[in-house]
Amino acid sequence: MLLDVILRVITKLLLPFILVFALYVQFHGDYGPGGGFQAGVIAAASVILYAMLFGLEAARALVPVWVVEKMIPIGVLIYAGVGVAGMFTGQAFLDYNHLAHDSVHGQEWGVFLVEVGVFVTVSSTMLGIFYAFAGRGR
Amino acid sequence: MILDHLPIIQVIVPLFGALLCALTRSGKVAWVIAAIVSLLMPLVAIGLLQQVLSQGVVSYAIGGWLPPVGIEYRVDLLNVFVLLVVSIVGAVMIPFAARSVAAEIPEHKQSWFYSMYLLCMCGLLGITITGDAFNAFVFLEVSSLATYTLIALGSDRRALIASYQYLIVGTIGATFYIIGVGILLTVTGTLNMVDIADKLGDIGQTRPVLAALAFIIVGISLKLALFPLHVWLPNAYAYAPSFATSFLAATATKVAVYLFVRFVFGVFGTGIEFGSFAVADVLLVLSIFAMFGASIVAVFENNIKRALAYSSVSQIGYMTLGIALGNLTGLTGGLVHLFNHALIKGGLFMAVGAVAYRTGTARINELGGIGRRMPWTMAAFTIAGMAIIGVPGTVGFISKYLLAVASFEQGYWWLPFLIVLSSLIAVLYIGRIVEVAWFREPTGAVATATEAPLSMLIPIWILALACVLFGLDTEFSAGLAERAAAFMMGAGG
Amino acid sequence: MELAAKIVAHYNQWITIFLMVAGLYVVVARGNMIKKLIGLSLFQTSVYLLYLSPGKVLGGTPPIVDPAFEVYSNPLPHVLILTAIVVGVATLALGLGLVVRINEVYGTIEEDEIIGKGEGE
Repeated sequence: MLLDVILRVITKLLLPFILVFALYVQFHGDYGPGGGFQAGVIAAASVILYAMLFGLEAARALVPVWVVEKMIPIGVLIYAGVGVAGMFTGQAFLDYNHLAHDSVHGQEWGVFLVEVGVFVTVSSTMLGIFYAFAGRGR
Repeated sequence: MILDHLPIIQVIVPLFGALLCALTRSGKVAWVIAAIVSLLMPLVAIGLLQQVLSQGVVSYAIGGWLPPVGIEYRVDLLNVFVLLVVSIVGAVMIPFAARSVAAEIPEHKQSWFYSMYLLCMCGLLGITITGDAFNAFVFLEVSSLATYTLIALGSDRRALIASYQYLIVGTIGATFYIIGVGILLTVTGTLNMVDIADKLGDIGQTRPVLAALAFIIVGISLKLALFPLHVWLPNAYAYAPSFATSFLAATATKVAVYLFVRFVFGVFGTGIEFGSFAVADVLLVLSIFAMFGASIVAVFENNIKRALAYSSVSQIGYMTLGIALGNLTGLTGGLVHLFNHALIKGGLFMAVGAVAYRTGTARINELGGIGRRMPWTMAAFTIAGMAIIGVPGTVGFISKYLLAVASFEQGYWWLPFLIVLSSLIAVLYIGRIVEVAWFREPTGAVATATEAPLSMLIPIWILALACVLFGLDTEFSAGLAERAAAFMMGAGG
Repeated sequence: MELAAKIVAHYNQWITIFLMVAGLYVVVARGNMIKKLIGLSLFQTSVYLLYLSPGKVLGGTPPIVDPAFEVYSNPLPHVLILTAIVVGVATLALGLGLVVRINEVYGTIEEDEIIGKGEGE
């Protein structure tokens, strides 16, 4: 826990921007560089920054460990679930063509949902790794 | 409809099982999930076998992207055979897990243990079923990462060191493998194994292709614990939880052997005649070293789990020997031994696990007279032990007989004598354990031990009886292996 | 002169090979478990370069379809390496996790000291 006033104030100011940037990277991933991986890491980085300045306990109060542990499998479940949904529309696993009225929109929806799953898993995995290491040796 | 999706179901059902296990907190619920998944898997594999037998190669395009652009799951005679081995072993063993895991793993980690077990199974089945070289790498790492975790969950603190060493070696192996695949990608521009094989037929024996072959062979050899690259295996098997050891010993190295066969005969076979350069000779020599070196170490080993692990290294020598001989009978022998060894080692390791469950030790000098207290367990151990020696009437005899015939066909008249000689060493290390178990007076922890519970005895005995059954009736194992071998030789020729 | 030109022309592969061998050397030569993992990461990173550098098409733009461009770089290696990076991160995290546990249990992360503690049977 760091007591430097400048860092603490700047961090509090920065956090919303970091999170919004994560969402921008997430949703703009359809049209340019970006996507769930990058967005997940950025979102996790904001919580890690918070933990570095305000202490691990504060971060754990913000995002509890049990939430992180549930989010890791849930993200993969979303991803794989979208794949299985493709199977129920009569296509192959991870084939999104029939998820919407035409194949272009189907692919868009499929990739969008898959990226949501990636975001959930990547951000929670990064946080999980951070919690696991930071919580040791105290 | 569901029949069309069998190839992907084979892989995603364990994945979903692993995720559900990770979501639950209770070890018992996780076991039930693992049991359902494990029992479903052989049904899927049998369904695939029927499809392959009736209509030939089954191809499944992930995401609807047709090969060679998309990832293809490709089931043929060879990998359906390995799918059957992995899934059946998993299904037979899962009742054993209930008590063994409850005793060895702390309550709050049990659901994670089952999650990792199912992920490992997902990875192994994925390596086997995929027709895409890079996808195989991803599954290789899925199964490996899960395996490191399974080993590290062992109760002995040396499990951590064993897991760390395996992580280093395993990662180097997997990285070597993708270096090879990367070179192939640069040369051929494709990752689909069949497509690579087609294009290599035109390119032939150029230097990048040979470099790729070398990287891939060394990488997979690290994973399958070929003799000088086996150092990670004994500690990993000795200190992992009993159930993890049994499952990994029966499946993980077998899948690596499969990948080896797939690349040597299926991918490179079109451009490069396997016997035409030194790799086959080197492999032959290393296999013989494995058969002797590892067996001799096993004779002097006090910890039964370690002794059996060294025995695994020597048995892998038989499989690679079959591959190195490079003829139809040899490959058949290697593949049959893959199946047979899965039955034998699964049975042996589970029997030792049951003994450790009752007495808390796996050291020979502390287990005098265990056969008198746990007669059923040790009887099964003795039967499986006879199978590993290769007594006629057991599965071990079949594979060694095929290998001996293959050596004669290849003109190596001296090789059958070496096979018999190394079997005699197996008599020593199995005999030593059996002697201590049956002919000593029970003392210490053994004196109060009782017979293993039924949930453990039944899986052990299923595998022990299978060792005899498939030794007498070779229609299923050797018959299927021969067709698979003929298919691979035909595809590669 | 011709040889030098050849070497310079393939500078990307020389960097790849240097990183590969350096990483592998660190894994083999160092006894400190964390240094070994760093070497392992270096080794894996060299493979990313091995895949990525042939994927660049000279004069090609990033592979996002646009009517203004006709030549694109090969996107496939990037997708593969994204996967490989994730695998590498997972391996590194698991390895470091093991090292933390080893340090807690043994009190050291030097391999020779651990073997010196009578761990052989």
